[in-house]
Amino acid sequence: MHTAAGVEACLPIRSDMDLVWVRQHVRQAAARLGFGLVDQTKLVTAASELARNTLVHGGGGQLEVSLVTADGVSGLRLAFSDSGPGIPDLERALSDGYTSGDGLGMGLGGARRLVHDFEVESVPGSGTTVRVTSWVGRPPRPREEV
Amino acid sequence: MPEHEAGGTLGTSTLEVRDFLRRRREQIAQRWADEPLFRTVFTVSRDEAVEAGKAVVDALAQVADSQRVEDPDAAGFTGVREQLARMGAARSRAGLSATQMSSELAALWPPVENLLVADLDQAPPEELRECSTTLSVLMGTLRLVAMQTALSEGQALIDRQRLQLLEVATPVIKLWDGIVAVPLIGTLDSARSQVVMETLLNAVVDQHARFAILDITGVPTVDSLVAQHLMKTVAAARLMGAECVVSGIRPAIAQTIVHLGLDLGTVKTRASLADALGYCLHELGANIVNATPDGAGRR
Repeated sequence: MHTAAGVEACLPIRSDMDLVWVRQHVRQAAARLGFGLVDQTKLVTAASELARNTLVHGGGGQLEVSLVTADGVSGLRLAFSDSGPGIPDLERALSDGYTSGDGLGMGLGGARRLVHDFEVESVPGSGTTVRVTSWVGRPPRPREEV
Repeated sequence: MPEHEAGGTLGTSTLEVRDFLRRRREQIAQRWADEPLFRTVFTVSRDEAVEAGKAVVDALAQVADSQRVEDPDAAGFTGVREQLARMGAARSRAGLSATQMSSELAALWPPVENLLVADLDQAPPEELRECSTTLSVLMGTLRLVAMQTALSEGQALIDRQRLQLLEVATPVIKLWDGIVAVPLIGTLDSARSQVVMETLLNAVVDQHARFAILDITGVPTVDSLVAQHLMKTVAAARLMGAECVVSGIRPAIAQTIVHLGLDLGTVKTRASLADALGYCLHELGANIVNATPDGAGRR
């Protein structure tokens, strides 16, 4: 139903410094597309969580930023991929407070609440790809749905 | 052409190049001194530029002597590496990109080539061509060495600046007797937050602070890791008998924290630093009174 307008950028996620660059890039891309300040902040925060997951749990990977449109509305899609160990129990990983490291365990579930579309593809042993999309001007998802 | 013969010609041409470099050392250095690379680095005296140029020519002659014109690790370059690094650093401080620097280095070739052509105009064209090729290979290697050193110099600069940032960006400010504040700016990665926690806890001890304000106005993104660092700092300060207030929470950050599902319920928060200071003063029992023009207090 929506068409990708091509990959806009591909950023490596290999170190803490790359996380800074990911945040800045996503913020600029979102601002260019016309996201409001709150939506920009949400998307950047989601990107920060997911990029850190890619780095910490996936052992590094990359982010693909693409511009998408659907029904005349434009959006930003971020695809984080790594070739790490994968997520053995997705249901549990998405639940709040569960962590395999020493974090708060809010990253994955929290990121899902910050964006409009969220999908995870994970094959244990061969890597994880998380794709999120946010649309300009669309109200946030109601909480029950999450 | 059989291989041993090729090797042989290269051998003679490198030696010829070596002799040419030694013979024309002065002229080459003089011409280089007027090229942008030397002219802009050695601004104070032209003699200094000429001396630097001579050092580079000597290094090239030495490399040619060792027959290793294609090897950037040749021993001959060791002596000028530091000088090249200084020149590279000066150019990058002046805002030159790597591409610009590379073309400035390439500009050193034509003057040398002209001298070589003038020098060998009696020699057979074959010989001139071989010497010219050898010399251009040697200049290419010099360019490589200079770029290598410049880039590693850039990396060292970045590392130094990172360390500086860790130190600089975490001042602890005494706002009132018993109240200290830390304005946090930029990214709170693990190293930075460790420094913040340490400086804050030290300040709590030194200043006998009962209140510590962490102002996050300058933190662009508050994600779960940043929140975790904040909560740890607050908990540590509490153990030392100081109450922490987190201030500077902007509307967009507040909404994001809620959606992210972070529970900052255990942390005292205020929208602005002024609100936080007001709260702390109130808790300390201090009264803030607006003065009327004649100096008398009014509530």
